[in-house]
Amino acid sequence: MIEMKDLRKEFTVRVKTGRFRREKRLLAAVDGVSLAIAAGEMVGYIGPNGAGKSTTLKMLTGVLSPSGGEVSVCGLSPVPQRTRLALRIGVVFGQRSQLWWDLPLRESFGLLRHVYRVPAADHESRLRRCRDLLDLDAFMDTPVRQLSLGQRMRGELTAALLHGPEVLFLDEPTIGLDVVSKQAVRSFLGELGQAGDTTLVLTTHDLADIERLCRRLVVIDHGRVVHDGTIEDLHSRYGSRRRLVADLEAPLPPDFALPGATLLAAEADGHRVTFALESIAAGAAVAALVTAAPVRDLSVVEPEIEDVVARLYTDSR
Amino acid sequence: MDKARPYGALIAGRFRSATAYRASFAVELITNAGGTAVDVSTVFVLFHTAKVVGGFTLGEALMMTGLTASGFVLADLTVGNVDQLKTYVRMGTLDAVLVRPLAVLPQLVIADLPLRKLMRFVVGLAVLIVAIAANDITWTPGKVILLVTAPLAGAVFFGSIFVLSASLAFWWVESGEVGAAFTYGGRDFTSYPITVYGGWFRAIFAYGLGFGFVSYHPALTLLGRADPLGLPAWAGYLSPLVALVAAGIAGLVWRTGVRHYRSTGS
Repeated sequence: MIEMKDLRKEFTVRVKTGRFRREKRLLAAVDGVSLAIAAGEMVGYIGPNGAGKSTTLKMLTGVLSPSGGEVSVCGLSPVPQRTRLALRIGVVFGQRSQLWWDLPLRESFGLLRHVYRVPAADHESRLRRCRDLLDLDAFMDTPVRQLSLGQRMRGELTAALLHGPEVLFLDEPTIGLDVVSKQAVRSFLGELGQAGDTTLVLTTHDLADIERLCRRLVVIDHGRVVHDGTIEDLHSRYGSRRRLVADLEAPLPPDFALPGATLLAAEADGHRVTFALESIAAGAAVAALVTAAPVRDLSVVEPEIEDVVARLYTDSR
Repeated sequence: MDKARPYGALIAGRFRSATAYRASFAVELITNAGGTAVDVSTVFVLFHTAKVVGGFTLGEALMMTGLTASGFVLADLTVGNVDQLKTYVRMGTLDAVLVRPLAVLPQLVIADLPLRKLMRFVVGLAVLIVAIAANDITWTPGKVILLVTAPLAGAVFFGSIFVLSASLAFWWVESGEVGAAFTYGGRDFTSYPITVYGGWFRAIFAYGLGFGFVSYHPALTLLGRADPLGLPAWAGYLSPLVALVAAGIAGLVWRTGVRHYRSTGS
């Protein structure tokens, strides 16, 4: 569905080098990205600010022309075949509205039906579905300028889907949203992905979006792909492990050892211990622990994807 | 026809947006009519002090003013707000325009369609009608066609200038008011007989850039007057050709500019 081969985008920037002198420098925002995304995949595209996420997305949607390499979306070349491609993709740029500022949401949708030449019946059924899933009914007649950010984002999502796109590109769809709106957007996208007929590519800074939605995670930094795989791959690559935290009635015997796990910390005079689980299952570790010392409370802590990604960002510097 | 439909819907949407603020729309409509009247009245002031300027009487000059006013206003009314492009480029909001399955220029033009300038067109036409009445014209079929095509060609010509000067923003975001020198400056230039301007300035503006064919030469032909500068009578009929050349250049520059668009970080 999407193919990128050694895709590059360079910008010339003028750098001040003296009082009056300025030097032209070439800055690679995207520096040789090769990726293939199959139909129906849900891919999370993450990276620190300025990593080249948005630039890549803009090259995929025909907004920016690449400086080098090859790119095709739905078998089309995005920039030369921009208008044909636009009929087959949906785009939500969190910061750039697709809606008509002064018109009620309902009329924006009506205009989009004409812009994308959607048959009335298809339009109706898609709109009905979005209205139900995203709870739009309460503000369908409100001018867009009066909508809250959460309401507007739900409107943007609907606007991007009314023509039944094969690929949906989302650039930071949850940025600035409150918890409830984030949940609404995520569960809607989740359902869309489950249905399987829409390929989803989203960039985000909120890793919970990725954990909820995407099997595949692509991490980009300095314009290069530094990771491409599942979230589990990322954890195993960076040795991030689940942790077992136990509150004990009495400290563990000094010769206690848990094969396949490492003691990370012993706090409160040995009354609270934390093990990193490497090759031992959580159940077996718990069983071994309760025989060694009376346990008051315990919990298994999942690795934090934030920590892993933070390490990835610093590693690739 | 099918291709035009989405644009039709967008224009209708633009009308509804403009009338969303009814009172301010009405006020703008009226003040804009006044604007064109003031522009045109400068010609009267000039001829009030000197009865003949550049070899032309007020009535004859009014023909040029009328052709310019109607052509310019038509261009201003349709593509005049394309100079908003610099805002789109600076803010990166052109992204949203580029992801739609429509051509970029018509979308921008429609999104900013300055409907408040509608009244200006009425005033521009009125000036042209007064000019026709004030002169003793011997009508031929050719002249009738010229009378209709000259304002349209003028509109295409000015529209091209609007697009060209707006395109600067693709390369030079802070293009500011440079473009206005050619759009509004061009209108003022063509409102008077070009004989009033000095040698090299006239050569560049009237013939180098083509402004001389917008109103001066068509007006001469309509009036049946020989060109004091020596061009033959058929020069008046060149205005559509000049307009098409300008439109071709503007289209080319625009397309190159869109490819040159850099967007902004988000």
